[in-house]
Amino acid sequence: MPALIELRDLTIAYDRHPAVHHLSGEFRRGSLTAVIGPNGAGKSSLIKTIAGLIKPSQGEVAFRGTAPHDLAYLPQAAAIDESFPISVFDVVLMGHWRRAGAFRPISAAMREAAAFALLKVGLEGFDRRSFGSLSAGQRQRVLFARLIVADSPLIMLDEPFAAVDSRTTGDLLRLVERWHEEGRTVIAVLHDFDQVRRHFPETLLLAREPVAWGATAEVLTADNLLAARAMSEAWDAEADICRGAA
Amino acid sequence: MTTVYDWLVGPFADFSFMRRALVACLALSLGAGPVGVFLVLRRMSLIGDTMAHSVLPGAAVGFMIAGLSLPAMSLGGFVAGVVVALFSGLVTRFTPLKEDASFASFFLISLAIGVLLVSTHGTTVDLMHVLFGSILGVDDASLLLMAAVATLSLATFAVIFRGLVAECFDPAFLRALGARGGIYHTVFLILVVLNMVSGFQALGTLMAVGLMMLPATAARFWVRQVWSLIALATVAGFLSGYAGLVLSYQFNLPSGPAIVLVAGGFYLLSLAAGPRDGMLYLILRRRHLRS
Repeated sequence: MPALIELRDLTIAYDRHPAVHHLSGEFRRGSLTAVIGPNGAGKSSLIKTIAGLIKPSQGEVAFRGTAPHDLAYLPQAAAIDESFPISVFDVVLMGHWRRAGAFRPISAAMREAAAFALLKVGLEGFDRRSFGSLSAGQRQRVLFARLIVADSPLIMLDEPFAAVDSRTTGDLLRLVERWHEEGRTVIAVLHDFDQVRRHFPETLLLAREPVAWGATAEVLTADNLLAARAMSEAWDAEADICRGAA
Repeated sequence: MTTVYDWLVGPFADFSFMRRALVACLALSLGAGPVGVFLVLRRMSLIGDTMAHSVLPGAAVGFMIAGLSLPAMSLGGFVAGVVVALFSGLVTRFTPLKEDASFASFFLISLAIGVLLVSTHGTTVDLMHVLFGSILGVDDASLLLMAAVATLSLATFAVIFRGLVAECFDPAFLRALGARGGIYHTVFLILVVLNMVSGFQALGTLMAVGLMMLPATAARFWVRQVWSLIALATVAGFLSGYAGLVLSYQFNLPSGPAIVLVAGGFYLLSLAAGPRDGMLYLILRRRHLRS
């Protein structure tokens, strides 16, 4: 399969301290990749950079054959104000942004698609409820319905199952697998190694620098995990400045 | 019966300055309602306050150049407010300083310049006028300005509403799709400044924020949709204006604080008895869960 996203010598730095250091490689079209690594390994920074939310200090993210903005991004739960006064249906409708934008009307077909997405995530009849009145798991289901509506070829998930009950996690993982079968490219930041082994064919193990990237079974070895932890601890101790960057 | 009429309607039937003040309250609430609600939603409640203060030096410069002229003072206030918003925005964007900190820094500088200008070039009476306004002294020109600002605000909100709500709820999702969320924020900040300028003439720079924020914070205890928050905040703002004017007339109180205090009373009532997470509701629910 051809590459969809190519990372070339990507360095992402905050105040010259790199969060991701000299990362090169590619996400193939239709691949399902887990991004894992110790805390502070730059996982979120990486997918934010691919989503265009952060500018890299060095290197680049190149998209092959798709517009850089034809992607649906699920931020970490903490990034969304859960008390925001908005109905479940309106949140799901936001998935139509690329088609409806800020001004074009929401068609009957768009409403239908949103209602169908709610059905798919098991929240039929929740459309009038306020987003803030839902449980953490239900809120995540709503945000997945929004991803379904967005209908993008590239889907990026930042810790989608943190603070979500196991039944919801199971249901949402089935959706992720469905997206994979449909040929979409999915990149997810995850923590649960078991989950990664069972559901994600490919893995990028990141500890600021790439430790390993490829088939999950080959990446998730004891040696690699140990190396990742050692690298991240060394980084923390030194808090190095990247001379090459910025 | 006549006494009730005399009390509640009489002042407005008898005096044109009271009628004008009432219309001013209506115009102010129409703009301040949505502005206040979005300030609360964007967690910028205190930034409204800083913007109000930033308007002062501009108004003072306008006063120095043209005397007690409304267009000059309004234009000056608007320019000063936009400059503070612009610089704060740039500092927030390009330095690690957070939005509230950069706004606070610029408004303090602006306020100090304003007080300095007013003290050296005006009289204390003028300073009091700018700080506390005089809704009972509203003339046709200021009414027109307020009505124009309210109209422009409502029209602009209608245009940017979807983007503003979506950007407020989840900015990252929109930016990943290539939407330019920053434009909504900028337009919104300009509306904040415009409504401050429109309000300072009637209520003063300090009290104008009260009519903006109190109905909006109170509304959160009653309803749970952005549009209904705006509707309720607007109505509550106007009713506070009306009740404040009646009280100030009947008891010979300064009108600005009277209006803001009525709005404050509505906020405290909502906090205590509002059906959406008001204190009484929370206590009752806890008891319900325990039993």
